[in-house]
Amino acid sequence: MTQEIAIIGAGMHPWGKWGRKFVEYGVEAAREALADAGISWRDVQFVSGAATMRCGYPGYVAGATFAQALGWQGAEVNTSYAACASGSQALAAARAKILSGQAEVALVIGADTTPKGFLAPAKGERPDDPDWVRFRVGVTNPTYFALYARRRMEMYGDTQEDFARVKVKNAEHGFTNPKARYRKKFTMEDVAASAMVADPLRLMDICATSDGGAALIVCSLDYARKIGKANAPRIAAISTVTPTFASAVIEMPDLATDSAVAMDAHSFRAALPRKAYEEAGIGPEDVSVAEVYDLSTALEMDWMEDLQLCPRGEAAGLVREGATRIGGRMPINPSGGLACFGEAVPAQAIAQVCELTWQLRGQSGDRQVQGAKVGITANQGLFGHGSSVIVKA
Amino acid sequence: MTQAAKPVLEGFFTTGENPALLGSRCVKCGTFYFPSVEGFCRNPDCDCSQFESVELSRTGKLWSFTNACYKPPEPYIAKEPFEPYAIAAVELAKEKMIVLGQVVEGVGVEQLKADLEMELVLETIPDAVEPEGKLTWKWKPVA
Repeated sequence: MTQEIAIIGAGMHPWGKWGRKFVEYGVEAAREALADAGISWRDVQFVSGAATMRCGYPGYVAGATFAQALGWQGAEVNTSYAACASGSQALAAARAKILSGQAEVALVIGADTTPKGFLAPAKGERPDDPDWVRFRVGVTNPTYFALYARRRMEMYGDTQEDFARVKVKNAEHGFTNPKARYRKKFTMEDVAASAMVADPLRLMDICATSDGGAALIVCSLDYARKIGKANAPRIAAISTVTPTFASAVIEMPDLATDSAVAMDAHSFRAALPRKAYEEAGIGPEDVSVAEVYDLSTALEMDWMEDLQLCPRGEAAGLVREGATRIGGRMPINPSGGLACFGEAVPAQAIAQVCELTWQLRGQSGDRQVQGAKVGITANQGLFGHGSSVIVKA
Repeated sequence: MTQAAKPVLEGFFTTGENPALLGSRCVKCGTFYFPSVEGFCRNPDCDCSQFESVELSRTGKLWSFTNACYKPPEPYIAKEPFEPYAIAAVELAKEKMIVLGQVVEGVGVEQLKADLEMELVLETIPDAVEPEGKLTWKWKPVA
């Protein structure tokens, strides 16, 4: 129990393509989280920022950038970078500071401004850079998502309609979420009519990139009690493990997997929640709601199995029977997920925890999962980064 | 026919009659790498830093596949007008690894199925400088 910290505030700037500085989204999210916590900015002793690589030097030192924008007040700062898991790593840094007694209250914060259009590699001839090499031979980002999706079809009999069902379900979830970028109830026909990008995935199966900002106020359980928030949701686990050699699945930007000649192959995605369950001392049967990284519709189903919410190959069955909808027995992505948000890398893992916080407090309005007691997040990014966070009521 | 064409990447494959991908093999634990590596073996229980250059298996089983329906960004040089191409992930039994590559021209996703036997061949892809294109490795279903 002493390994837990409390979440007393959550805030988000709406996702979109606003074209403003990332600092503005972060400050707005932070102010919302502070107001939600009912504390003053001067009460924050540690600012833990998730870095963005797309906004120059201020992005590399995001913790300090946000602290200055909110007004220097002498707090200690940290900046974490772990690709898509940057927000979870910033949260882990705050937890370590709090559990070691060096700080009582921390602000965890991430925000991003994304360029328009598709992401492309940097210019020049760079045969030593795996990211340049794979583009040179025609392997793009959707290639990897599509290979995973096709593998599901070949192994488990999933169909493109199953993938479309995930999109339609997430669109319904995000429809009333004021923080979501896309709020439209897309139909099966809409998905089927969208352009094929990388067979079997269509444009509407793949998430966009967005601007956005998210923030959390976390504190020691003593501090939460002191300010009358003893019942605030708690962080019960943060897993940020690396893959274990030999990694079994082909990962962006590589052209080959590890060779499993000397060591057995391991699934990275499955390892992330396994560590989180161990740390929290609970199992998948205790989970009431999950926020997972649906970079593609098919990937949401991979995550359901990696989180052990169903046996391998059975996720599509749950989707078909409606079990993953709000009101179903295993609601997935009540926020609407990346399908409705688009990815704002340093903010995304924090946004997942914001959603679980609101769900466990019963404040999610139309998208409330009734009686939610335990929530889990899952996400994965480049270069062996990923995270899984468990939040308990 | 394609003998004059240069490889798109130096040291990635051989160009003889039976072309093969060029990888590395750790001399101590036997782990394979593609592309070739220098430096240190990535097996956490192996402290070796010596590798031998090896030709990887020329055939394997299709693990998964997709295609590129849109022109990729540079450094890929696409045909005008763009023609979609299929991409294969092929599992090599001896090396116990999966390797990506384009599928030969004329074979689309509708002709592919998991576990198909695939063979490594060389074909050209367009190039910004060389009018005849440059050679790359591709996967072809074994007839």
